Amino acid sequence: MGFSQHLLILPILLPMAAGAILLLFEERRHSLKAGINIAATALLLGLAFALLRLADTGDAAGGAVTHTYRLGDWTPPFGIVLVLDRLSALMLVLASVLAAATLVFSLARWHKAGPHFHTLFQFLLMGVNGAFLTGDLFNLFVFFEVLLAASYGLMLHGSGAFRVRAGLHYIAINLAASLLFLIGVSLIYGVTGTLNMADLAMRIPEVAPENQALLAAGAAVLGIAFLVKAGMWPLCFWLPSAYMAASAPASALFAILSKVGFYVLLRLTLLLFGADAGPLAGFGSQVLLIGGMATIAFGAFGVLASQSLGRLAGYSILVSSGTLLAAVGLGDQAVVSGAMFYVVSSTITVSALFLMIELVERAQEPAANLLTVTMEAYGDDIEPEEEDEEEVGVVMPGALAILGVCFGCLGLLLAGLPPLSGFIGKFALINAIFNPQGLGTAAGGPDSVGWILTALLILSGLAALLAMMRTGIRTFWAPLEVIVPRVLVVEIVPIILLIGLCFLLTVQAGAVMRYTDAAAQALHEPRSYIEGVLPGSESASGVSTQ
Amino acid sequence: MELTLAIAIGCLTGSGVWLLLRPRTYQVVIGLSLLSYAVNLFIFSMGRLRVGAAPVLEGSGAVNPADYADPIPQALVLTAIVIGFATTALFLVVLLAARGLTGSDHVDGREP
Repeated sequence: MGFSQHLLILPILLPMAAGAILLLFEERRHSLKAGINIAATALLLGLAFALLRLADTGDAAGGAVTHTYRLGDWTPPFGIVLVLDRLSALMLVLASVLAAATLVFSLARWHKAGPHFHTLFQFLLMGVNGAFLTGDLFNLFVFFEVLLAASYGLMLHGSGAFRVRAGLHYIAINLAASLLFLIGVSLIYGVTGTLNMADLAMRIPEVAPENQALLAAGAAVLGIAFLVKAGMWPLCFWLPSAYMAASAPASALFAILSKVGFYVLLRLTLLLFGADAGPLAGFGSQVLLIGGMATIAFGAFGVLASQSLGRLAGYSILVSSGTLLAAVGLGDQAVVSGAMFYVVSSTITVSALFLMIELVERAQEPAANLLTVTMEAYGDDIEPEEEDEEEVGVVMPGALAILGVCFGCLGLLLAGLPPLSGFIGKFALINAIFNPQGLGTAAGGPDSVGWILTALLILSGLAALLAMMRTGIRTFWAPLEVIVPRVLVVEIVPIILLIGLCFLLTVQAGAVMRYTDAAAQALHEPRSYIEGVLPGSESASGVSTQ
Repeated sequence: MELTLAIAIGCLTGSGVWLLLRPRTYQVVIGLSLLSYAVNLFIFSMGRLRVGAAPVLEGSGAVNPADYADPIPQALVLTAIVIGFATTALFLVVLLAARGLTGSDHVDGREP
């Protein structure tokens, strides 16, 4: 076991250590705490890219390499194991990129708005990274609880009646979902006698027929817990108000949380209920497909109906979640590859939008009065005004022009229009629906479900475009007295960098698609994952019978 | 014994769900606690019910696994209890904060 293998556990250890060290310093030493957090996050970013390179070493054509790390060197399935493949490495990079951007943004003033911001930030990263890396269902529960506990704290960051009330709902929903998670895990353990994902994938085809209903019930209950997190309709009503209520850096970071749900569903659906799973093959994919399409529709209507930008961003998360869930439900290799491209692009977009909202709203104050009246009529509450703190730092010149350009770019990204990466993500998905075998091969066209999904994808883009245009006109063109907002450089730079990253994704789309193709191929051949985790095990085709 | 345990889990879950749907924050906390007790018992029962069987091996050498209770659900329950305890405590703090900020113990922060 070389040094590079020990890299696998560092994305969990590093945030844990950083978060613990941050606790030792008193709250007043803002710059010291911020410095430690910046150093840890920068290190994590480098680490994530190193792991991405490590995961991408396998032969792109076929044999995928699965890297494993055995804690305490106990042999799986008895010991706990961490697993790194292309999918988890991609999600790690995504999480650390978002973390770096939101951290820089928060340095303007948010990190001083309440206690223990930096500690909670690092613990959230620890939970997210752990959930992406773990190869064990119960460990997944523990990491879920870590990230949820940190997110409860970040949700309430900045306090205020509105946040506390939304936080109360958020915590209650997630505690109930965690209990469902436990019920599902214990049912699966009761039937199969294992919690290791690779071992489960080997045992599921051999489950006795009389126990299959119980196993299916366990998997379904477990799935509900992840669907609450991913925000599938009708389990998503909590999501827009919670994300809208959270402070700007917190909600920008929360954009990755719904993707944790998507990641786990993608991993478990293809690993446990893939083509090799015997009578339970394809379990749940119909629910994901139909639920995903319903989520896209619900999200698109929500985007159109949103009065405030915060709510609009919350519903955009639902649209992106719905698209991803429907892609998992379809389950084709090409569709899954497109979905992985889409998840990177859409998560970065929504995160940048959440950061953007606060800056745009500074330009909106008086014009918002009229809106306030309509919003009161609908029973929406306005966030109490933040007391203006001393803002130190360099003020951005030409703020309105830069804000306008960034806002336009985000509109293009959300709607999925060229030339930015939102277009490529949607194009890859729709292309995969029409040509499952790849472009240029003769295919009979998609079935009716494929047509409906394509229509929904395009219409949801139209809805996003309309809503963004309406807000943009109201903010940048319509006001008679234009207020030039005070925007600090540290606030606008992360947004520009995130948009620049989307631009880079467009330019380098070929390389990224090659990576996601290889990742999707590995997901559709669970045998390489199982061999990687349990070396020397018999092949997963279920030859051994007891 | 199976029947007793099943009825106990069922009663706890039923009361927990009912309380969870009530409008007062304190009722929600108690509902979540009852639900987590029910889930803990449920995890425990997934290791199969045994009477008088220890989960820990004594001594060394070859043993017959059938003589022992399954230790994994017991370890899982222990973890679940700790996590459930911590999150309930956290929820109580948020409850108090909400009560202080809104002046109401309704989950929506105002009386309907």
